[in-house]
Amino acid sequence: MTSLDVTETAICARSITRDFKAGQSVIRVLHGIDTDIRSGEMTYVVGESGSGKTTLISIMCGILWPTDGEVKVFGTDIYALSDTQLVNFRLQNIGFIFQQYNLIPSIDAAANAAVPLIAQGMALELARAKATELLEKLNIGDQANKLPNQLSGGQQQRVAIARALVHEPRLVVCDEPTAALDASSGRRVMDLLREVAVAPGRACIIVTHDNRIFDLADRILVLEDGRITHDGTDMPDDH
Amino acid sequence: MLWIAIRMLTGDAQKFYGLLFGIAFSTLLITQQLTIYYSLIERGASGVYNAPEAEIWVMDQVSRTTEVNYAMPATALDAVRSVEGVEWAVPHLRAPASVRTSTGDLEGVTIVGVDDATLIGLPERMLVASKNILAQPDTVVIDDTGITNMFEDGQDPIGERLELNDQRAVIRGVADSIPSFTSQVTLYTKYSQALNYVPGSRNRLTFVLAGVSDGEQVADIADRIEAQTGLKAETRDEFAQAGVQFIIENTGIPTNFGITVLLGFIVGVAIVGLTFSLFIRDNIKQFGALKAIGVTNWSIVKMVAAQAALVGSIGYALGVVGTVLFIYGFSGVPTFKGFFIPWEIPLVSLGAVVVILAMTGWLGLRSVMRTEPAAVFR
Repeated sequence: MTSLDVTETAICARSITRDFKAGQSVIRVLHGIDTDIRSGEMTYVVGESGSGKTTLISIMCGILWPTDGEVKVFGTDIYALSDTQLVNFRLQNIGFIFQQYNLIPSIDAAANAAVPLIAQGMALELARAKATELLEKLNIGDQANKLPNQLSGGQQQRVAIARALVHEPRLVVCDEPTAALDASSGRRVMDLLREVAVAPGRACIIVTHDNRIFDLADRILVLEDGRITHDGTDMPDDH
Repeated sequence: MLWIAIRMLTGDAQKFYGLLFGIAFSTLLITQQLTIYYSLIERGASGVYNAPEAEIWVMDQVSRTTEVNYAMPATALDAVRSVEGVEWAVPHLRAPASVRTSTGDLEGVTIVGVDDATLIGLPERMLVASKNILAQPDTVVIDDTGITNMFEDGQDPIGERLELNDQRAVIRGVADSIPSFTSQVTLYTKYSQALNYVPGSRNRLTFVLAGVSDGEQVADIADRIEAQTGLKAETRDEFAQAGVQFIIENTGIPTNFGITVLLGFIVGVAIVGLTFSLFIRDNIKQFGALKAIGVTNWSIVKMVAAQAALVGSIGYALGVVGTVLFIYGFSGVPTFKGFFIPWEIPLVSLGAVVVILAMTGWLGLRSVMRTEPAAVFR
C-alpha cells in the first residue's frame, strides 16, 4: 500500500475491499483498490455490470462502508467520522446525480434542486431562489415551477444536475447520467456537466458503461472483477 | 425539510386521502361508539337526574337503583325527617304497572309518585302544561319519550284517558325528562294518586328524597340517616353512579361496545398501516436519495412525524366533527335524546389516533431506516 498524498487529490482510496454476504458464502466485490481521484478532472469509472464500479463510488462518496481500507476525501478520513459527521460531510461536500434522478415527484423543479440547501437549513424561499438561478444557467429556468412529471427526461436530468451542484460541493458523483438519454442528449448533458461540475478544487466522478461518451473523459478507470485493470486518458483497445 | 415532507404526502392524493379516511373513520367509530355507550349507560341514572331537587336518596337496604327497589314502611319518611340536619324529606314512589290505552293496547309503564305538596320528584322542565296541573284529579304527566311509544305520530296525548289498576288516569301534561335505559313510558302523578295506580301491598314507599340544612355536608347527613334509621342513604352522585354501575354489571353492553371500539382501532391500524407502508415503499428511492445527499435519520424521523401529524390532525378533526354532526343530526330522535359527547371521549380517541399513527409510522420508518443510502445507486 502506498502512502496517502492528499495535496492535489480529491479522493485517496487505499486497499479498498468490500465483501457481500450471499447466503452462507461471502462474495468479495472489490479486491484492494488503490487509486486517487484528482481535482479539476472528469474521471470515468467504467466496467461491465457486476464489476464493482457502483460499489467503488459508493465507498468513495461515503455511503457504503468498506470491509477494509481507507478513504480520504479532500483530506478527511471519512470512515473515521461518526455517523452524524459523515452525513454532514456528504451534505457539505458531495453532490449526487442518480441514474433515475430520484426527484421528489410532488415538489417543483426549483424545490427539488434546492433540497441540499434546505437540508443545510437555508430558508425555503432563499434556497428556491438560488436553485432557480442555477436552473437558469442550465437553460431550464422557465421550467422552475413545473413538477418533475411535467418535464422531459433531459429536463429532469438538468434538475438533478442542479440539485447536485446547488450547494457548491467539491465532489460530484454521477451514476450512469446518460443511460436514459439518446446519443445527442447524452453528449449535451456531459458537456453541461463538464462546464458546471469540473473546476479547480472540484472533482467529478462518473460511473458509466456508455461508450458513446468515453471520448469526453479526462481519465478512465476500468474495473474488472473488482480490480482496476486500466487507468488512462483513453479506453484500452480491447474494450 | 418538513415542508418537503408535507408536499411529498399531499402530492400523492390517493394515499393522502386514504390515510385521512382511515384516521377519520377510526376516530368516528371510536368517538361515536364511546359517546353512545356513555350516554346509554348514563340512562341507568335517569331516575336520579329527573328528580334534581333530591340531595339524598333513602331506600331499603336491598334496593340498588331507581328501577331495582324494595318498598319500605311508610314510617320511614318520619324516621328520615327526624334526623338532625335533614331540611326536608318527601315520599317518592317508583313502581312498574300496566296501562290500557283508549285503543285497548296494553303498555308497560313506570309510575312515579311525587310529593303531593311540593311536587319534588318531577323533572325540572315541563313541555306541556305546568307542574301544578297535577293538582287536578286523576291527572298523570307523561314523559316526552313515552309519547312516541304510546301514541301514533301526530296524535295529541293531552286529554287521553288511560286505565291503571282499574283506575282512571288522564294525561294532562308532558314532562321534559331523560329517558330511562329501556325507554319505558313514565307516568308522573301525585304520591297519593300513585298509591291507587299501583297494585296494593303493605309497603309501597320506595324512596324518601331528602335535602340537607344549610351548612351541612350531604355525605355526612347521608351517613347520619343510615346510622339512625338503619336504611340505606346515598347522595345524588352515589345513587346515579349505582344506576350506571348496575347497567355495566348486568348487561353485555360494555363488551359489545368495547368490541366495536376495538374494531375501530384495528380498522384504523389496518387502513393507515397499509396506506402508509405503500406511501413509504413508493417513496423509498426518494428517502434513500435524501439520506445519500446528507439528510440525517433524525430529520427523516421528523419528516415522517410531520406527515403523521398532518393526516392525524385532519383525520381526527374530520372524525370528531362527523361524530358531532351525527349526535346533532339525531338529537331530535327520542332514542338519542340527551346524548352528548363528554370531553374525555375525544381525548380517548385522540389517544387512539396517536397510538395508530405511532405504530404505523414506526413500521414505515423501519423500512426507511433500513434503507442504505447506497441503495439509490442500485
